[in-house]
Amino acid sequence: MNNNIDWKKYLIVFAITLGLFLSASYVSNYFGDKKIDQLKAIQDKIAIDILSSETQFSLLSELSCKNISDGALSPELRELGGKLEWGESNLGATEEVSYLRKYYSLLQIKDYLLMKRISERCKVKSAFILYFYTTAENCSECQQQGIVLSALRNKYPELRVYSFDYSTDLSAVKAMLQIYKIKDTVLPALVVDGDVLTGFHGIDELESQIKESFKLQETLPEETLPATETNKKNF
Amino acid sequence: MTFITSAIFYIVIFTSVYVQVFFLVTFLQNRKKIFIRDREVVLSRYPRVTIIVPCWNEETTIYKTIRSLLNLNYPKDKITFFLIDDGSTDGTWHIIEKFEKYANIKIFHKENGGKYTALNFGLENTETEFVGCLDADSIVDKEALRRIFTYFEKDASIMAVAPAVVVNEPKGILQNAQRVEYNMGIYFKKMLGFLGAINVTPGPFTIFRKKVFDDLGPYKHAHNTEDMEIAYRMQKNHYKIEHCNDAYVYTNTPVALNKLFKQRLRWIYGFINNTLDYRAIVLDRKYGNFSLFTLPTGSLTVLAVVYVFFSGLYNIGQFIYSKILEYQIIGFHFSGWPGNFDFFFINTQTSFIVTIGAYSMVIFAIIFGKQMTRGTKEKWGFPYQVIYYFVVFSFIAPFWIMNAVYNTLISRTPAWR
Repeated sequence: MNNNIDWKKYLIVFAITLGLFLSASYVSNYFGDKKIDQLKAIQDKIAIDILSSETQFSLLSELSCKNISDGALSPELRELGGKLEWGESNLGATEEVSYLRKYYSLLQIKDYLLMKRISERCKVKSAFILYFYTTAENCSECQQQGIVLSALRNKYPELRVYSFDYSTDLSAVKAMLQIYKIKDTVLPALVVDGDVLTGFHGIDELESQIKESFKLQETLPEETLPATETNKKNF
Repeated sequence: MTFITSAIFYIVIFTSVYVQVFFLVTFLQNRKKIFIRDREVVLSRYPRVTIIVPCWNEETTIYKTIRSLLNLNYPKDKITFFLIDDGSTDGTWHIIEKFEKYANIKIFHKENGGKYTALNFGLENTETEFVGCLDADSIVDKEALRRIFTYFEKDASIMAVAPAVVVNEPKGILQNAQRVEYNMGIYFKKMLGFLGAINVTPGPFTIFRKKVFDDLGPYKHAHNTEDMEIAYRMQKNHYKIEHCNDAYVYTNTPVALNKLFKQRLRWIYGFINNTLDYRAIVLDRKYGNFSLFTLPTGSLTVLAVVYVFFSGLYNIGQFIYSKILEYQIIGFHFSGWPGNFDFFFINTQTSFIVTIGAYSMVIFAIIFGKQMTRGTKEKWGFPYQVIYYFVVFSFIAPFWIMNAVYNTLISRTPAWR
């Protein structure tokens, strides 16, 4: 019957379909770039914040321990961490994303150093955990440790978790690994209050340890102390 | 492995989009030729036609079926009905007997031999220029026959005209899901008609020139899908099949899942096996769009549905696994509702965007299918049926498809040795 095959139509439809795919890819790249820009903007803001806090700290010295506020940094660093993690699995392992990861690690180290200085000088204990994991190989314990740490962080908002990918190609991260003598065979690894813990640690064990070390207050829904008071307790 | 899965994904999604675009382009090319008539049409002549009604245990529906035939708006002396009882064991024969008094009704009783034997029995006794069949579970709209004949009238080369099959009085989730599917089917069938690539001449009320059977022989068993095989045979012999989108036939569809499953298993098995039987013409350009478009894309659809099912299953499995892991590690833990909505976390990957695009085109087909049934008693409120459709057909269709593939493999295995 219809012997005259409309080859042109087959080709046109192919071209349209290809066009749709290319447009989709273009739109995808467009939004991907927007997201990376957003990450960069957050990073820049954090960098400025850290620099500002450092400067403020140097200027005012010991006298004004009570003026040092920590409320501003952590949430953004945490937001950045969450977005970066999502970005790594959804935007693809591009050079830009890995660059952002390095920058993020550096910001974490700076934040960590600043917190350490504050806590030393003001004689208060900041609650932070250093967490080393790897994405280079399939590390199911790292995945589990990540879940535990997220849960703890939700429970104790003052707790800071600085996480570092073992394979990050950054000298500052390597220096951290050297300081705590972390080898890739013992991942995941945690540093809690100066103690190095290797391998997976369950939620109960870690919780009791951080409670003891940092005297943390658990957040209870709605009935918690006002945030400022909670913060003061730790400084 | 990731490369292979994403390559399969892109092939599947590209083909699906290609098929939808093909239909869309066909629609845009031919949209002026689609008309829906709402009043009586007048023919220049009223050819003689025989309608065969094969029945096997249809006591619940046969009465209405025959009544609808008697109500057809067509000269009574030009139309003959053959009611053929294919060895029913229920009260079908008693109901049929009551219609013997009508001058244009002939009733027959034969031993059970399957639907195609009943049809062939009818064909042997047919002396008219046109012949059609009406399944005993369907009701025909009274204007359907005249509308179908307008196609034969305008083009002498048209050898068969398929009607628009809609679901009769849909109730419940399953039937409403099928209603969406049937309506969408009208759109696709119409487009295939324009392409000269129809692969089924449905049991409910397809009208043929008797010449088709005189030339090509009677119905065959054809894996219990004789209405598909005859269409393949016609395509192979370059016999033109058209689709009349405003000749409505209301068919009773399965209410229970197991009945629906059985029906679909038969259809898909029929599609796979008829395609295998006619594999020599697949992708042979001599046979036009039927062999270049309908058969390959139909086969790919079978694969695509199975693929979508397994990838969906894999994703759900992953999600459940991660939740179980989380529970094992930290116990029940209220992590809180993700507070602020953040655009950042909306998926904007290419694969996601094209998937949305593919689904949008399916939605277009559904909407257009709905438009094409506006001459029926169909009433549409909020299209919650669309949700039923996606739920029922995404989750259950893969099972009958896989079952059909499995059955094909099993029954074919002995022949290979």
